[in-house]
Amino acid sequence: MAAVETAKSRVFNKIAVALVLLATIIYLIPLYWIGSTAFKPRTAATTVPPTVFFKPEVTGFVKLLTKRVQLRKAVSEEKYNTAKWYERLVYDAGQRIITSSPFLSRFWNSILIAVTSTFLAVTLGTITAYGFSRFKVAGENDWLFFILSTRMLPPVVVAIPIFLMFRIIGLVDSHIGLILLYTAFNLSFCVWLMKGFMDEIPIEYEEAALVDGYTRFETFWKIVLPQSATGIAATSVFSFIIAWNEYALALMMTNRNAQTAPPFIPSQLGSGMIDWTTIAAGTFIFLLPVAVFTFFLRKHLLRGVTFGAIRK
Amino acid sequence: MNNAVAAARRGMSDLTIRNVFIIPTITFLIIINIFPLFYSLILSFADFSAVSGDPPEWIGIRNYRELLRDPHVWESLYLTMKYVLISVSGQLVVGFSIALLLNRKIPAKGLVTTLLLLPMMMSMAIVGLFWKLLYSPTWGIINYLLGLGKFVWLSNADMALLAIAITDIWMWSPFVMLLSLAGLSAIPQHLYEAAAIDRASGWFTFSRITLPLVTPLLLIAVIFRTLEAFKTFDLAFIMTGGGPGTATELIAIKLYNMAFPQWQTGKSCALAYILLVMIIGISNIYIKYLNKAKER
Repeated sequence: MAAVETAKSRVFNKIAVALVLLATIIYLIPLYWIGSTAFKPRTAATTVPPTVFFKPEVTGFVKLLTKRVQLRKAVSEEKYNTAKWYERLVYDAGQRIITSSPFLSRFWNSILIAVTSTFLAVTLGTITAYGFSRFKVAGENDWLFFILSTRMLPPVVVAIPIFLMFRIIGLVDSHIGLILLYTAFNLSFCVWLMKGFMDEIPIEYEEAALVDGYTRFETFWKIVLPQSATGIAATSVFSFIIAWNEYALALMMTNRNAQTAPPFIPSQLGSGMIDWTTIAAGTFIFLLPVAVFTFFLRKHLLRGVTFGAIRK
Repeated sequence: MNNAVAAARRGMSDLTIRNVFIIPTITFLIIINIFPLFYSLILSFADFSAVSGDPPEWIGIRNYRELLRDPHVWESLYLTMKYVLISVSGQLVVGFSIALLLNRKIPAKGLVTTLLLLPMMMSMAIVGLFWKLLYSPTWGIINYLLGLGKFVWLSNADMALLAIAITDIWMWSPFVMLLSLAGLSAIPQHLYEAAAIDRASGWFTFSRITLPLVTPLLLIAVIFRTLEAFKTFDLAFIMTGGGPGTATELIAIKLYNMAFPQWQTGKSCALAYILLVMIIGISNIYIKYLNKAKER
């Protein structure tokens, strides 16, 4: 009987492995497709049947970073030969570079806004988490509930009054405006996540430090912070990704000056000189940091998506 | 407590430091989130457009009355419910199934899990954008792989909502998988051993041991996804913009259209409040379950 059972379970296991493999492949097709489209020649991006084998090229990326006009007549051989490699790629496509595209400034906005708001949210979130973790707070659960509930508000609901208020104080389409919003959005997340990390640090170290004559603040600074370094790093990466990915608020609060990449990349779809290889190139550059960070975060993902409630 | 008293004599008192640590966050959140909500509550009782330059005209609860009588609003809510139902049940089935498969000895399990979790970490807007490419009727890879010829997904009123839901399922099933895996791996092995000794059937073991013990975490996953799917804006807005016609005009998109392109500020504030009450209801349940899971 036992032998039959193991044989049966061995077959089951093989089927499971095969199914997992299948699921993983199906899951990765969209990602592979967008990645490969970024490196395809324009003519290979939209073929029927889809092109799988092609000579990779970076024209899509060059197009993403430049503004171009159509060439009226072919460039002279001399000019072509002295041109830089990326200019030649554009000449080959029958176009001429006039200037760099707004993509770079949008990308820079994304970095600036995500980094600043992450810094603010993690700093405030860490000290608040310490406050909730170590001191008695009247109605602690209610306060924590309040903090998390601000995170649950749909962006569109908050955006209407915020837009009107920002218009009065001149923060529409400003970096500061978006930084404030993203800080608020991430703050509740950081408090909950950091409280989870702080609760795990044994309180005995702090008590020993207090006995040794440290002040409360020194204890926090010299004992607790170093011990929560991993937690702070994980929380920072999470909140960076959240700010980096945010679309709705950026769409409603910005249009040029402080616009981030997520509303910018789709807005290029309608404009004439853009094709799918360019969109795919933008998507590729945008998703790459997230993919890398996800690998760093893999041990903390569960904690992150449940606001620190479920650890392990 | 003596330590605390001693510390208090040296630096700031515990009470001060607690307040210094907590009050800025609470204040900041009230200023950015709660204060604007009061503002929009007031505006919801007014006939007001933010671009007209006319001052708000107070009309009592007329905005609310009109909205609740508007068949388009109900249609949009119905559409949203349908979307939530399709996408959350899809995520539950796909996510839980993959978790069951992964919950055994699988080579390169860690790598596979991380790869599967990638979509969930990406920007909804960007995912929506590149799924548009995949859904293209003429050269999209989906039609090619499924052999559907020139089948129209996103410009087709009957398929568009489902197409968005499929993208959402692709993106968020891993979330259900992640929570299910946590629940599955926490089930004590000896329960299964005891069941094996008793010659319990596979179905019996599953329904009497696995399922009840995973349910708390599955519930958290389902409530959270319900909340998020109910709020869906990015994905649908990028993929179809609410169209064709109003076929995918989910309630968040309806609200956006009312508030920004149409500038019916007062009315949109009222709709936002109707939505808010529903969201607060669901998030209440969610946070309650989250706290319960924490206490275990």
